[in-house]
Amino acid sequence: MTKSEQHMNASLAASHELLNIDVASETERIVTGIRAVVFQKFRRKGAVVGVSGGIDSAVVAFLCAQALGPERVLVLFTPDADSSPESARLGKMVAAALGSSSQLHDITPILHAAGCYELRDSSVRQVVPEYGAGYKCKMVLPDLLADDRYPVFYVVVQSPDGETKRVRLTAEAYRGILAATNLKQRTRKMLEYTFADLNHYAVAGTPNRLEYDQGFFVKLGDGAADFKPIAHLYKSQVYQLAAYLGVPEEIQQRVPTTDTYSLAQTQEEFYFTLPLEKMDLCLYGKNKGMPASELAPLAGLPEQQVLRVYKLIEAKRQATRYLHAEPVLMEPIPEV
Amino acid sequence: MTAIEQEIRIFILDNFLMGREDILSNHDSFLEKGIFDSTGILELVSFLEQRYNIELEPEELVPENLDSISSLGRFLQRKLSAPLAVSAMDVSHTSA
Repeated sequence: MTKSEQHMNASLAASHELLNIDVASETERIVTGIRAVVFQKFRRKGAVVGVSGGIDSAVVAFLCAQALGPERVLVLFTPDADSSPESARLGKMVAAALGSSSQLHDITPILHAAGCYELRDSSVRQVVPEYGAGYKCKMVLPDLLADDRYPVFYVVVQSPDGETKRVRLTAEAYRGILAATNLKQRTRKMLEYTFADLNHYAVAGTPNRLEYDQGFFVKLGDGAADFKPIAHLYKSQVYQLAAYLGVPEEIQQRVPTTDTYSLAQTQEEFYFTLPLEKMDLCLYGKNKGMPASELAPLAGLPEQQVLRVYKLIEAKRQATRYLHAEPVLMEPIPEV
Repeated sequence: MTAIEQEIRIFILDNFLMGREDILSNHDSFLEKGIFDSTGILELVSFLEQRYNIELEPEELVPENLDSISSLGRFLQRKLSAPLAVSAMDVSHTSA
């Protein structure tokens, strides 16, 4: 981990006092809610938690274990060829710390059979014709705050000899890469529900408030779940709960990544374009109606940047409304 | 309305508003109106490059140039009247 990454995580873990919560009572509230949903509302025997090695899924697994008992939690790892080996190791660490059972299901063969990698590679080749075996890639956004740019996606490719190239995507190439990588999330969710069926369990979702609010999830992929116990918590509040619940230190220190592309990619590069602890504060400030002039010194950002983030948050909410939408019926069916 | 503005308006109505002409004036901000998602911005950029035979530089992809029909019209007028309308492709190289 670089010094700047360590600094970022330290900032997140410390968080601003505005975002401080009473971790004991919040834990109790969530645990009571999980019990009510799983046992009473859905009458399921336990919960499946897809664990990525990141902080959010670890906290959800710990909360489920506290609510339902560790023997009623199944920790599922679903890596693919592009996943960091670290992810599975840290995921196993979560299961071991809880004493819950775990399953590892490599989804690479499913993705190969469904044409996921072929679709991704042919899409990248539309803008980088030489892209092929041994290359790695990721999608990134420019720094939207420094230059007030439009959120136009680029692909970064790294050749086998280490040379990197950054090329603006066409709409068609972007959609191809997105469809291929979304297939990974949907395959993971499909397996979570398969193991839920096998055990008569419910499926836990792991988004935090930033992800949920800003649509940073795949519809019917990681966006699908029977309950989402930390969707109301800002990212830095998730870190507070992690410390309280005793989530392994190494997971608390890990830089949040998407773990979706073959080149390592932070969530900031792909979606938020601002350090997560600052994004947390901006979302909080906007939700609480704080003027940009009031939030700016607290977030350590110029007032103009806070105004721009407020606008981007609203634009993203509008653009991702479709992801949150339930299937629409042509008329209500009151009997169900 | 200039001919360029008219072309852009038709493109946006057809591709993003599905013909609902009443909900977008030429001065409305695309960002504030939530007209484009990530794909939409790329579609707009591709349309501009192909229709007007130009290549857009990263520093040109800013709201000042692209955030309304009228700002797009002004930007294109400037870009098309510049001596070198076609510039280098937006590709950068670094070594890892």
